[in-house]
Amino acid sequence: MSQYDAIIIGAGHNGLTNAAYLAKAGLNVLVVEKNDYIGGAAVSRELHEGWVYSNCSYVCSMMRQSLHRDLDLSRHGLMLVPYLGTVNFADNGDTLLSYHSEAAAYNELKRISRHDADAMFRIQTDLTRYSQVIRKTLLRTPPDPTSFKPRDIHELLFLAKEFWSLGEKELYEYIRFFTLSAADFLDEYFETDIVKTSMAGAGIIGTALGVYSPGSSYILLHHVMGDVDGSIGAWGLARGGMGAISNAIASALQSYGGEIRTNAPVERILVKDGKASGVALSNGDVLNADIIVSNLDARRTFTQIMEKEDLPPGIYEKAANYKIRGSSGKVNIALSGLPKFNNVPDNPYVNRGGQAFSGSLETMERAYDCWKRGTWSDDPFIEGVIPSAWDPTVAPPGMHWMSNFIQYCPPELADGPWTEEKRDQFGQTVIDKIERYSPGFKDLIVHMEVRTPWEIEQEVGLTEGNIFQGELTIDQLLFNRPFPGYAQYRMPVKNMYMCGSSTHPGGGVSSACGANAAREILMDLRRPNTVPEDDCYDE
Amino acid sequence: MAVNHYDTIVIGAGHNGLVCASYLARNGKRVLVLEAADVCGGLAATHEFHPGFNACVAQYASHLPRRIVEDLKLADYGYQPGRLDLIGLSPGATPLRLSDANLNGAASADLEAYRDYHRLVDKLAQMFQPFWQKTVPPIGNNSLPEILAFAQLGFKIRTLGKEDMQEFFRIIALPMYDLLDEYVSSPLLKAMLSWDGLIGTKQAPRSPNNSVLHLLYRLQGSADVCVNVPGLVNALSGAAEAAGVEIRTGAPVARIQIEATPGQTSDVTQLAATGVVLENGEQITASQVISNADPKTTFLTLAGAEYLDIEFTNRIARYRDRGMVSKLHLALDGLPAFSGVENPDGRLLLAPDVETIEWAYDNAKYGELPEQPVMELMVPSLHNTELAPAGQHVLSANIMYTPFEVRDGGWTETSRAALLESALTVLEAYAPSIRSQVLGAQLLTPQDLENTYRVSGGHWHHGDFALDQLIMMRPTHGAAQYTTPISGLMLCGAGTHPAGDLTGLPGFNAAREALK
Repeated sequence: MSQYDAIIIGAGHNGLTNAAYLAKAGLNVLVVEKNDYIGGAAVSRELHEGWVYSNCSYVCSMMRQSLHRDLDLSRHGLMLVPYLGTVNFADNGDTLLSYHSEAAAYNELKRISRHDADAMFRIQTDLTRYSQVIRKTLLRTPPDPTSFKPRDIHELLFLAKEFWSLGEKELYEYIRFFTLSAADFLDEYFETDIVKTSMAGAGIIGTALGVYSPGSSYILLHHVMGDVDGSIGAWGLARGGMGAISNAIASALQSYGGEIRTNAPVERILVKDGKASGVALSNGDVLNADIIVSNLDARRTFTQIMEKEDLPPGIYEKAANYKIRGSSGKVNIALSGLPKFNNVPDNPYVNRGGQAFSGSLETMERAYDCWKRGTWSDDPFIEGVIPSAWDPTVAPPGMHWMSNFIQYCPPELADGPWTEEKRDQFGQTVIDKIERYSPGFKDLIVHMEVRTPWEIEQEVGLTEGNIFQGELTIDQLLFNRPFPGYAQYRMPVKNMYMCGSSTHPGGGVSSACGANAAREILMDLRRPNTVPEDDCYDE
Repeated sequence: MAVNHYDTIVIGAGHNGLVCASYLARNGKRVLVLEAADVCGGLAATHEFHPGFNACVAQYASHLPRRIVEDLKLADYGYQPGRLDLIGLSPGATPLRLSDANLNGAASADLEAYRDYHRLVDKLAQMFQPFWQKTVPPIGNNSLPEILAFAQLGFKIRTLGKEDMQEFFRIIALPMYDLLDEYVSSPLLKAMLSWDGLIGTKQAPRSPNNSVLHLLYRLQGSADVCVNVPGLVNALSGAAEAAGVEIRTGAPVARIQIEATPGQTSDVTQLAATGVVLENGEQITASQVISNADPKTTFLTLAGAEYLDIEFTNRIARYRDRGMVSKLHLALDGLPAFSGVENPDGRLLLAPDVETIEWAYDNAKYGELPEQPVMELMVPSLHNTELAPAGQHVLSANIMYTPFEVRDGGWTETSRAALLESALTVLEAYAPSIRSQVLGAQLLTPQDLENTYRVSGGHWHHGDFALDQLIMMRPTHGAAQYTTPISGLMLCGAGTHPAGDLTGLPGFNAAREALK
């Protein structure tokens, strides 16, 4: 007899979402998590007394509003706060501030270039428009283009209709996203490097592409299509850290009767007669279930917790070839006070935004060149945020914490694996760069956590520490994610599903992958669907 | 009607212009081809770069489809198909020789992997073949031709079978680096197989989205290689003249004459091309002007932005056509001896692995010269003995990646000398005695190509081979079906579908549209 209707491996936000919707449909579900805390990469951790780090993901914009509301996450304690503009720091010391207020943003841009100030309106309008089409696909299951099933044909036609309805001219412009580099794309709008640079970060975050790499303009689009509760393009923070999202979903799950077991690493997915039948934990426990859902990335699922013999031929190789590249690092810093930055007006508004130490397009690209060569740049791209500036729950009074996301950081160094010493050198590089723009910064440091892709893989379980569970390139998007033929959440072994960011629509704290997978599972079980449709806002 | 009136004027006697003109003349049109240079061929023209030594400017092998060869009876004018192997060299390693489906010199695991790779890639190349030879209608307006074209493509993709179809959708966007990583293990073989997806365009091994399509395009005509390009150009101009085409060399066009005529269906005036004005002031009228020049030259220099709407002009202005290939010609006092290569009669690739290619690209993207250039080369005098004095040879190399504009100072004597020196150093690693054989050298940078051959950006393919500049978007929508916003003005160069290389297909397709 099965102990559970479904076991979900991995208590990341997608696993929890998946479990919540299955539990909501009346299934007896269990989420098993290897760590002693839940959340995967959406966590809040007190690594130094008094400071709570969102030590992996640190901002949020992809969370599907309809899921947020349907799971009643606010009642379960989630509060998303939009964050204010970002300050960009150029190599030569210039700064550019972005503001939510269009008038303020325009004035600031005009200080640099009137042309670029005007162009910013155009690019924002264009990006919002283009992102509408993709947004509509987020909470839908991708069609299988090789299938003749009515549902697949229907979905294919839906996609075709959505794209074709852009109209001739727009369609041509749209195709350009998939081939232009972020730099080429931005060149068409802007004339000054600092404005281009301020936009380019979104084209490379989390990905093993450079600003000069064809296709990186799509990543840019991926990063602007999010919203904070319907405000498209906005970015937000979760009060209490990103773990608040996971905790709220977990609380929703528990309210539907679901179970979570932490400290329970899965050793193997058990397969009997070609059907997934349960999981074996590393402590020897065997748990049986009718359905097994993996929230791990595709590489890890098929090459680490499954036997090659249990898989149909070719799947292991597909998983081994799955592009999941570690390209980012993270440095979390506890500060004894609010740092002051050069050439930035001292006002609370600015302090409540992010800090992008981007330098220039070339600086960013050279950092990518270093990554290709298995090293890190001594002048990396850093995206910093100081969440404590508007969330008093994450640092002691008067003190602060700063999240720094670093692009790029290789999964392995050319001269061998990461060591503690090299990791500390990497951390030193990051604070040296920040010190350049904020003299005295180092004196404020109370505690610091440096995470290379290696640490992220070891702790969170993301292969190579890839934050998206797989590159967001065309060969791994939509019906190609994670591999062709398996994009509808069902995996090659019967009764087994995937619900992580390795599936459509990909990375980001969106809960969409988990919800989509739940819808497919319930369909297979012939249970009523509990997953809501997306709210799409056409502007 | 004036005596000086033609049905069609073709601007530029490049190979596409000649193909287009021949088809038109064979259909009864009175055609004049105007060529700025003193000889035909455009970038495929041959010139003397050192006393007694001749070389072709940019190209040294053609891939004309059999159909064009037969239609124009090129064999009667001296065209001879040949064979061109790809020989990959790596210091200290056995050279690999790739001759279509046959691979020699590789380890057995790679042989097997190559067979799988070749099967898939060849099948996909076959699938695309018909689309290079037809005009692809514009998209997004649900016209009947559009629906038919996409239905045909959809059907073709369906007939691949489920597995290959899935692979098609996945690999079509892969960077060469990833694609080959999945198949072969030999670094040299990876470099060799990636090369044809990269050559001539702004793509590095790690660049996604465009190179596989480029590779499929390059593979389509592999059965009909001609390695004697001077012979090809002679055959094309011979066939054109035999068909009644009038060719005037040394006749650079200054501008295309455009007149406003009252609209046929409305009051709005329409613009129509009525002829050309030569640089010497001579005016020649024609009912139709077909430009074999690249899109930027055609629209912005020859026609003029004042005749185009602003959006179209912007699209042409942003068209990416900055070449990254320099050409090196060496006059040698004997056959160069490449270590391990008995007979250097193929295309020799001096790029030991994809990383070296990537690093060369990395230099160029910042406008720097490659520290270690990668290049493919040929000894064309092995295939055409007239190119060099008896016993002596011509070496012709394409050096990737060289920036169009060298940062901090541009192309100067110093930067040219530096590139020549690093190229010779690379050559020396493979052919140790080559320096002592050199009698003369000519280096043509992308900027030289632009200045000498009137090709914007000095780009081989008249524009990057990139998704947004291909098929129904080449060079840009509004001009991608060979017609342009100006009535009577058409395009037939490599800046139109299907694109560059010596295929004759843009000229072939344009002629069909011009005759409609």
